[in-house]
Amino acid sequence: MIPPRDITLLVNGREYSVQVEPRKTLADTIREDCGLTGTHLGCEHGVCGACTILIDGSPVRSCLLFAVQCQGTAIETVEGLATDGVLHPLQEAFWEHHGLQCGFCTPGFLMLAKGALDEDPSLTRDELREVLSSNLCRCTGYQNILIAVEAAAARMRP
Amino acid sequence: MSYVGQSVRRLEDPPLLTGDAMFVADLAFPDMAAMRVVRSPVPHGRLIGFDTAEAENAPGVIAVLTASDLDLPPIEIRMTKVGGLDPYRQPVLAKDRVRYVGEPVAVVIAEDPYLAEDAAELVWPEIEDLEPQLDPMVPGEFEDGLSSEVALVEKGYGDVDDGLAASPHVLEVELRVGRHTGVPMETRGAIGVWDPVEGVLHMFGAAKVPHYNRFAIATMLGLEQDKVHLFENHVGGGFGVRGELYPEDVLVCASAMRLGRPVRWIEDRREHFIATNHSRDQVHRVKVGFDHTGFIHVVDDEFWQDQGGYVRTHGATVADLTGAMLPGPYLFPAYRSRGHIVLTNKTPAGTYRSPGRYEGSFIRERILDLVAAEMAMDPVETRRINLIPPDNIPFDRQYSALATEVTYDSGDYGRLLDRVVERLGYAELRADLQSRRANGELVGLGVVCFVEKSGLGPFDEVRVEVGGEGSVEVITGAASVGQGVETAIAQICADGIGVDIDSIRVTHGQTDRIDRGMGAFATRVTVMTGSATSIAAAQVREQALQQAASLLEANPADLRIERGRISVEGSPGGPSLTLGEVAAAAAAAGANLTATAEFNTDHMTYPYGVQAAVVEIDPVTGGCRVTEYLVGYDVGRSVNPMLIEGQLVGGVAQGVGGALFEAFRYDESGQPLATSFMDYLVPTASETPQVDVLLSEDFPSPLNPIGVKGAGEGGINAVGAAIAAAVGDALGRQDAITELPITPGSIWAILSG
Repeated sequence: MIPPRDITLLVNGREYSVQVEPRKTLADTIREDCGLTGTHLGCEHGVCGACTILIDGSPVRSCLLFAVQCQGTAIETVEGLATDGVLHPLQEAFWEHHGLQCGFCTPGFLMLAKGALDEDPSLTRDELREVLSSNLCRCTGYQNILIAVEAAAARMRP
Repeated sequence: MSYVGQSVRRLEDPPLLTGDAMFVADLAFPDMAAMRVVRSPVPHGRLIGFDTAEAENAPGVIAVLTASDLDLPPIEIRMTKVGGLDPYRQPVLAKDRVRYVGEPVAVVIAEDPYLAEDAAELVWPEIEDLEPQLDPMVPGEFEDGLSSEVALVEKGYGDVDDGLAASPHVLEVELRVGRHTGVPMETRGAIGVWDPVEGVLHMFGAAKVPHYNRFAIATMLGLEQDKVHLFENHVGGGFGVRGELYPEDVLVCASAMRLGRPVRWIEDRREHFIATNHSRDQVHRVKVGFDHTGFIHVVDDEFWQDQGGYVRTHGATVADLTGAMLPGPYLFPAYRSRGHIVLTNKTPAGTYRSPGRYEGSFIRERILDLVAAEMAMDPVETRRINLIPPDNIPFDRQYSALATEVTYDSGDYGRLLDRVVERLGYAELRADLQSRRANGELVGLGVVCFVEKSGLGPFDEVRVEVGGEGSVEVITGAASVGQGVETAIAQICADGIGVDIDSIRVTHGQTDRIDRGMGAFATRVTVMTGSATSIAAAQVREQALQQAASLLEANPADLRIERGRISVEGSPGGPSLTLGEVAAAAAAAGANLTATAEFNTDHMTYPYGVQAAVVEIDPVTGGCRVTEYLVGYDVGRSVNPMLIEGQLVGGVAQGVGGALFEAFRYDESGQPLATSFMDYLVPTASETPQVDVLLSEDFPSPLNPIGVKGAGEGGINAVGAAIAAAVGDALGRQDAITELPITPGSIWAILSG
C-alpha cells in the first residue's frame, strides 16, 4: 500500500486539508474527507454523471479523478450553488418545473448545466439536449430537466 | 383554496436540490466498518470450500464470514405464496451450490471499503462447475430430483378449445420480451447498527416495504419485532427492485450483531447489474381465433418466464399478473393462460414497474396488430371492435390477481381512444406518414390500448397529529422512493383539515413511528395512504371544530376552518382561533387533536390508457428513433397533475429503454454480458422522446373516498407495445416484430430480408 499523502483541496471557496491514499478518488474524498455528500456516485465508471462537479469551471466526473490530482484547482459542488440560503436559478427552475423525482441524479445535472451555461448562456434547446445527454436520469424522462435548464438559462442571461 | 387537483410544487425538493438530502451512502456511524460481498464467478457449480486465510490476514480486515459462520434461514417469499416454492428460496450466503454469477458466497468486513474490496479479491471459493441451465423452455433440475420448473400459473374462462376450432381465422405466433430491469440511479445500500445495551437492531437504507422487512429480519435473526427498527432515508429510485429483502440487508444486520460494530454495505454498479432483481424475460406462444370483422373470440397463451437462479421475495407475482392483465381492455370471450415459472442460472428476477403488464401489453397489442394486418383493417378500428363496451363496466374478468378479484371498476375505453385519436389528428397523421413512406422514408405509427391496476390493499393506516403551534404531522407506514409521496399526502391532508400545505410534515418509512404499514409498491400509495389520510384528516377537523365550538361558544356546524384559522361562518372579522390555539386548548383538556384511521379494500382499482408512438428508422443502420409519443390516461381524479405527468413521462422513458436498448444477455457459458452502463444502455435525453400527456379524469374510482386511480405504472405499461406497432408499421411488416428489445441488428436483418 502506498502511504497516504497530505493534500489541500479548494472546494466551494473553502480549503480542506486532508490525508488520502493516492488511489482515493476525488468523489470519495469530497464525500468522506470533506463531508460534502451532495456529490453522488451512481456507477463509478464515468458513464452516469451523478458525480459531476466543476473543476476550474468545467464539468468533470469526480469518480474518474484521484484527489491527489486536484490540488491547486477550484472545485465546485452542489453545496456551493445556493448563496446565503438563496437557491441558484437552476435549483429554483428544477423545483418549479418538477425537474427531479428521486433527486439522486440532480446534483450532477445541476453542475453539468451550470458548467455548460456559464460557458455559453445562449445554448439552443437541441444543444442543451446534447449536453444533458452526458448524464443519466431514471425517473423524469428528461423532459422537465430540459425545460428547467432552459428556464434557468433565460434567467441567467445577463 | 383546495390543494387537491393543483400542480403544487414538491415539499421534498429543497434538500434534494442543495445536496443536504441524506441517502444511505451519506450516513456514517462511529466505528463503522465496511462490508464487501464475495460473489460466485460461475453460473452453476458445487461449492466445495473456501480459502480465506489470505483475506483474513490482509490489512484492515476484521472478519471473513461464510455460510458456516452465520446460521441463517433462506429469504422468505413475501408475495403470491403459490404452493411448492419454498425449496427454491435463496440462501443468504450460498451453502453447497451456486446458481448464478453474482450469488453471495462470503463477506469481508474491513475498516474501510477500499480495504474490504482488496481483501475480497483474496477469498477463493472452491467450486466444481456444473452445466449451466440457460433456456427456460428446457427445464432441468434445480437440485437432485427437483425440477427447475417451479410452478405453473393458470388463469382463464370460456371454452378455448371449441372456440379455436370454430374460429374462421386462427393465427399462431411466438413472442419474446427480453430481460431488463429498473436500474435506479442510486444503487442499493444498507447499514446495520446493533445496540447491545438495549438489545436493539437498527437498519438504515430501507425502502418500499420497511414494516414487512422488519418482520422478516427479526424473524431470521431471532429477535422480537419491537427490537428491530428500519429507517428509510432519501431513496434514489425504486421501480420495484429496491427495498425487497435481499441477502445483503440481512448480512449487514447479522454482521453488526456478531462484530458489535456498525456495518455498512454500498452496492457498486457492477454488483447492481448482477445482484439486484432482473425482470421481464418471457417467451409466449399464442393462438388467436378471430372472425372476418377482426373480432377476437379466443386467446390461448402459454408462456415461459425465466426467473433466474432462485425464487425471491416476489414469488409468482410476475407470472400471476402477466396472466391476469394480458387481456387488458378487450372482451376476448374465451381466454386461457398457462405460465411456466422456470429457474435458470441467471440473476434472480422479480418485479419491475408494471410487472406482467409491460409484457402482457406487448403480447396483446401484437395480436391486435397482427389481426389488423391479416384482415387489412385499420389497427385503431380493430381495437375499437374488441374493446369492452362501457355498459359492461364494472367488468368481472372471472379470475383473481394478487389474491383479489380482477374487476375493472370504472371507465369508457372507447371514449379515451376517441380522445387520443382526435388529439393525434389520426387520419392526417396516418396519411402524412404514408406519403413519407411513399417517398422512401421508414416512418410508422402505433396506437395501443391498455389497462393498469393500482391501489392494492388490504389496508393502510395513518396517524394525523396537530402540534401546539398548529403544525400537522402525518405519520404513515407508506414509503417514498422519490415519487412525490410527501407532497401528494400533504395536499390531501391540507384539504381535509383546512390548513396551509406548508404546515404539514409527512413522516414515512420509519418503523419506530407507527406500528404497521404496507409500504410503497403496486401503485398503491395515493389510493391507499391517500384515502386513509383523507379519513384521518376529516376526524381531526371534526375534533378541532368541536373544541373550537366550546371556546367560541358557537355551534360546530356554524364553524369553518380556512388556512388553519377557525371562525364562525358568515361573520368576517368576528372571533377566530388558530388551529394551534385550539390544539393547545385541547391538549390542556387532555384531548389531543389526533386521529388514527385506516382504509381497507379487497379490490384494486383499474386505471386505463392509450399510448401512441411515431418512429423513424434509419435504413442504413437499422437504428430506431421515437419522434413523437402520446399517453392518454384516466386517473379518475388527479391529486397533483404535475406529479402524475412526471410519473407518466418518466415511465415512458424507461419503457423506451426496454423496447429498444436494454437487455441483460448471457453468453453460452452463462456469463453475464451486461455489467456496466457501457453494455446496458439506459436511454439518455437524446433517445427519449418528447411526451404529450392527455390526462383524463372522466371516471373517478368508486372504490375509494377520493376517487383516485394510481399513475405510477401507466407510463411504462404499453411502451413496448406501441413502439413495436410503430416499427411494424414503418417496415410494413407487423409480422416481423416479435421480440423486445427491437435492436438495430434485428431491424437491419428484417430490412435485408
